[in-house]
Amino acid sequence: MARSKSTSQDRDMRGQALEAVAGNGLIDRRALLGRGMVFAGAMSAGVGPAAAGAEPLADDPWSLEIGDPMSPYQVPSKFEAKVKRTLSNPNNEPRNSHARTPHHLLEGTTTPNGLHFTINHGGVPNIDPDKHRLVIHGLVKQPLEFTLETLSRYPLTSRVSFLECGGNSAPLFSPEPMQETVQAIHGLVSCAEWTGVKLSTLLEETGIDPKAKWLIAEGADSPHLSRSVPVKKALDDAMIALYQNGERLMPGNGYPMRLLLPGYEGNMNVKFLRRIKLVEQPQLSMYEARTYSQILPNGKAYRFYFLQEVKSFITYPSHGMALKGPGLYEISGLAYSGTGRIEKVMVSADGGQSWAQAALQEPVLSKAFTRFRMPWRWDGGPATLQSRAWDEGGNVQPTRTEFVAARGELTKPPPILGFPNQHYNSITSWGVGSGGEVKHVYA
Amino acid sequence: MFTPKRAILAASLLLASTAGVSRAETPHLGKPIDEAAIANWDISILPDGTGLPKGSGTPAQGAPIFAEKCAACHGDNGKGGAAAALVDDRQINGISASQKTIKNFWPYATTIFDFVRRAMPFQMPHSLTDDEVYALTAYILAENKLIGANDAMNAETLPKVKMPNRDNFIIRFPDRI
Repeated sequence: MARSKSTSQDRDMRGQALEAVAGNGLIDRRALLGRGMVFAGAMSAGVGPAAAGAEPLADDPWSLEIGDPMSPYQVPSKFEAKVKRTLSNPNNEPRNSHARTPHHLLEGTTTPNGLHFTINHGGVPNIDPDKHRLVIHGLVKQPLEFTLETLSRYPLTSRVSFLECGGNSAPLFSPEPMQETVQAIHGLVSCAEWTGVKLSTLLEETGIDPKAKWLIAEGADSPHLSRSVPVKKALDDAMIALYQNGERLMPGNGYPMRLLLPGYEGNMNVKFLRRIKLVEQPQLSMYEARTYSQILPNGKAYRFYFLQEVKSFITYPSHGMALKGPGLYEISGLAYSGTGRIEKVMVSADGGQSWAQAALQEPVLSKAFTRFRMPWRWDGGPATLQSRAWDEGGNVQPTRTEFVAARGELTKPPPILGFPNQHYNSITSWGVGSGGEVKHVYA
Repeated sequence: MFTPKRAILAASLLLASTAGVSRAETPHLGKPIDEAAIANWDISILPDGTGLPKGSGTPAQGAPIFAEKCAACHGDNGKGGAAAALVDDRQINGISASQKTIKNFWPYATTIFDFVRRAMPFQMPHSLTDDEVYALTAYILAENKLIGANDAMNAETLPKVKMPNRDNFIIRFPDRI
């Protein structure tokens, strides 16, 4: 496209040309690397270095008086009050409750603990950590009981891991675009550093009967939520997590301990973990027999999906935002895969006609959020922004056409809080109108 | 995040396990507990009936319990209310999960017993007696015409109930099991 051509305006601070690498204004990602000043300067488009007649700078009130006292546990500025989770069941009616992460208002790769997504199936239990017990039994040589205190004396290990509800992004099974924010569509995934005891360490102490192929993990919450997990995963990278981003788990995220199964469907990462039973066959609990079995177009259903497959979505700009005039912007988003590291993310500004490789923020960690960024010169015309991720195993995020062919779509748009199906990992498209408004589209 | 000390410990654990040494260098702070002490927590029911307790219940015994403890959310006779319908003849057409019912989707009747006992009633979970859970399970199955109106459910009969959708599932990633 003609408008994708680099112009004399697209130069960094050393005067080097910013190379157009794909249609509709995408610029070589190398413009970002080590050149943070490029956009700091260029973003304030139209304000030249000689802004004559600017108002003289004066001290603001907060510079002329002593500030507030500190709080023992600090919370964000009052000016950030809009940065919060959305609640599906604020009055705690007798049904499930969901709190969604506001990805469009966050940056980087760590989800702050207060904003980590949460789903509970009977309220948030108020667990006394001194009375909580974890029992491991069943097909073991010696059943054992652990307290939080005893577990804290075990060798601890930390890892960054995303957690995603199997039903995240489910509104995109809709046959028509959903005019909803990235928070409403993709808010049931978050990423944190988890610290705890490797489950394999505890299983080494109990001993495992060779007949054991599964374990049943069960919570101390009111539904006594339970899921079956292959012993194979338990011995691979499963953890009894005790800390979340350096502090004890949030109540909604499983305080005082939860099972962490990196890359696996959120519901299997059983919170408030109180019991692990090793067994020969899976339980087929309600959550695996019904809720987390997905109906397929041929009438059959998947069982034991487990994996949260490779996926990405753009968080800026995204639905509900408005771009303030043509100029340089930085497209930013999240990519992750339940099977390993993100290998690359490609971005399109013309609805998939042409693609350019985005810059990945280091460190790129296995089964963790990876932030991608892509410089983009918006010319003020219509644009369709998309991202597509690959992981180190060669798995690629499917196009919508590919995804719908395999998994189907609904006959009419679902309620935005509904879960009409699960494990949606196709491309998300945001349409930018000529007025700068951003909407969800299919492309 | 990962201290040299822990790296050494991890390495020694690896050596210990690969060498077949049974006792690795871990704190061994778990307190031995016997299955009898765990019994009240050990509520998992497997599809073959493993874990089902003693006791029994019939649809007729379940009907008044359902009216008292379940109908407020699940509707009269389980036809649906604020919570999902439990008695429903609809067929699945298309991929929407909202169509799933016990009759057209749930592969094992044992799951009904397991879930009702651990999670229901919503405000008073794990409060029903085993006989009550058997009776409610029998009531739900009979209303769905999955068992006869006079069939008692117990540890012998419940695993034998053939659910219509049982053979309609595909294991998504068999190599992960």
